[in-house]
Amino acid sequence: MRVKALTERIIRQFLWDKRTMALLFLAPLLVLTLVSLIFNGDAYRPSIGLVDVPSPIQAALEKSDAHLKTLSAAKANDELKDQKLDAVLKFEQGRPELTLEGSDPTSNRAVLEAFTNLGGGGQAAGVKPVIHYLHGGKSLNNFDNFGPVLLGIFVFFFVFLISGVSFLRERTNGTLERVLASPLRRGELVTGYFIGFGIFTIIQSALIAAYSVYVLDLWMAGSFWYVLLITLVLAFVALSLGMLLSTFANNELQMFQFIPLVIVPQVFFSGLFKLETISDWVSWISYVTPLYYGADALRGVMIRGEGWSGIWGDVGVLALFALVFIALNVLTLRKYRKL
Amino acid sequence: MSRPVLEIDHVAKRFAAKTVLSDVSLTIDKPEIFGLLGPSGAGKTTLVKMIVGMERPTEGSIHVLGVKVPNLKLMTDIGYMAQSDALYGELTAEENLKFFAQLYGLSGKRLKENAERVLELVGLQDDAKKPVQKFSGGMKRRLSLAIALIHRPKFLILDEPTVGIDPLLRKKLWDTFGELKDNGVTLIVTSHVMDEAERCDRLGLIRDGRLLACGTPAELKRATQTTTMEEAFLVYGGMGDAR
Ligand SMILES: Nc1ncnc2c1ncn2[C@@H]1O[C@H](COP(=O)(O)OP(=O)(O)O)[C@@H](O)[C@H]1O
Ligand SMILES: [Mg+2]
Repeated sequence: MRVKALTERIIRQFLWDKRTMALLFLAPLLVLTLVSLIFNGDAYRPSIGLVDVPSPIQAALEKSDAHLKTLSAAKANDELKDQKLDAVLKFEQGRPELTLEGSDPTSNRAVLEAFTNLGGGGQAAGVKPVIHYLHGGKSLNNFDNFGPVLLGIFVFFFVFLISGVSFLRERTNGTLERVLASPLRRGELVTGYFIGFGIFTIIQSALIAAYSVYVLDLWMAGSFWYVLLITLVLAFVALSLGMLLSTFANNELQMFQFIPLVIVPQVFFSGLFKLETISDWVSWISYVTPLYYGADALRGVMIRGEGWSGIWGDVGVLALFALVFIALNVLTLRKYRKL
Repeated sequence: MSRPVLEIDHVAKRFAAKTVLSDVSLTIDKPEIFGLLGPSGAGKTTLVKMIVGMERPTEGSIHVLGVKVPNLKLMTDIGYMAQSDALYGELTAEENLKFFAQLYGLSGKRLKENAERVLELVGLQDDAKKPVQKFSGGMKRRLSLAIALIHRPKFLILDEPTVGIDPLLRKKLWDTFGELKDNGVTLIVTSHVMDEAERCDRLGLIRDGRLLACGTPAELKRATQTTTMEEAFLVYGGMGDAR
């Protein structure tokens, strides 16, 4: 009942605030469109697993800038699935077969590059392997690879900002205190916020995802519902984090100052850039950033067509993040009412 | 026999090392208008927040209607108007009112009736559909009062309710407070304006966190041999400084 009152009020506030609605719903579409138009990848050194490859061909491949690794067929398949390898070159009855992991177009191109440059005469020159893709395919482009991550980033960023600012306003204009002078429980307050924002987040994610898939032609191998689930959990993390950090801001400007501190590093570690190219001593940071898990799950569903078994780990970690932040929120609300 | 409406028993409040209130005791037995009078920074807001249950006393205890505060259930019986208006600017007056009413468990026909009644009481019935950010300071103050009244509380705590309200409306509001009292509501009204003091049944003079004196306006004036509340307060205030 009281939770419903809060939910309703948040929805009403949104409906009166057309600009925020536009920010939430239209800004992501605009940026996504721009990115899809202009994005271009750079050079990347692929890892290729070799199974029973004749030594002249191996020698020729070593001249390319690919990392090579000789291993058994079973192990090669495992590592390919785990994305530890970008491709595996196998010889089946003397015929070369190249299987690409396929979900990252930059890697795909780098692998194929290594083979087109084989040339230079000799035995290796004539090698034209049969090409397979584990996921994705030839038509997978950079935008397909980055799109799911961008989707996660947008949901996280806009929900963080809007919830942080609106909760900050509740703090600074005294309504938070006034609301807590009523018989409302602190937990009910947080729940009301979650439902109110949850509704807008679902609409936002559905809109962004549908626009990306149907208008911008983003690769979509898995289920739309999983995408919505992941973005919703990710949004809850952003919402609870925004609420929490608003405690440490005195005005809107200070809330925006959290962007380079909280959002930008997450973007760097979210998988938008290949983690292998980031120095080892900082790459552990990715494991403490919620966006990393959200992006991983979204890529899993959208590119590799993963189902629940592929994403439950990521969703679980995100839920854990949200729970911790929620608990901290309920605690910090004690500042306003000691009950 | 009924318990007193309010019992404040040797209450002190400290924030970190800063003492904001010390040794305040006060009892309200029956419905009345009790004025808490004192300069800005005296500790009035801190005291009423403890009565509402938003702060805990550092020492001593407070009972409202026989129940020790803070108590969540008790908050349903208390109407609170904060010193600064706490309203949602994007929403209309009606939407603000409805939201707070629901927090107090009102719904349906009762909510609608109560909303109409309090809007009329504060003279905002024609502005109900306007967004609050278009309101003047006085209109916001009146809406805050309407919100404090929406659930028909037995105990009303108003923190400087008449700041920024013109004299004519101020008189009307005080008439309303009188009517509420006649209907069995107890009111605590804080103020730093002395001329409002005469309209209270009893007064508590507060300064630097101490309750200097307590009594009807007539009693306080007689005790200090003065003719206005302003002079009476100065006498008590002077004594406070000497100590
Ligand atoms: N949360 C707090 N932390 C520290 N000091 C406070 C806090 N709240 C109030 N005070 C201090 O207590 C004193 C009394 O404040 P207040 O109760 O607002 O006075 P009044 O309402 O009479 O103007 C002021 O000096 C104020 O700075
Ligand atoms: Mg005050």
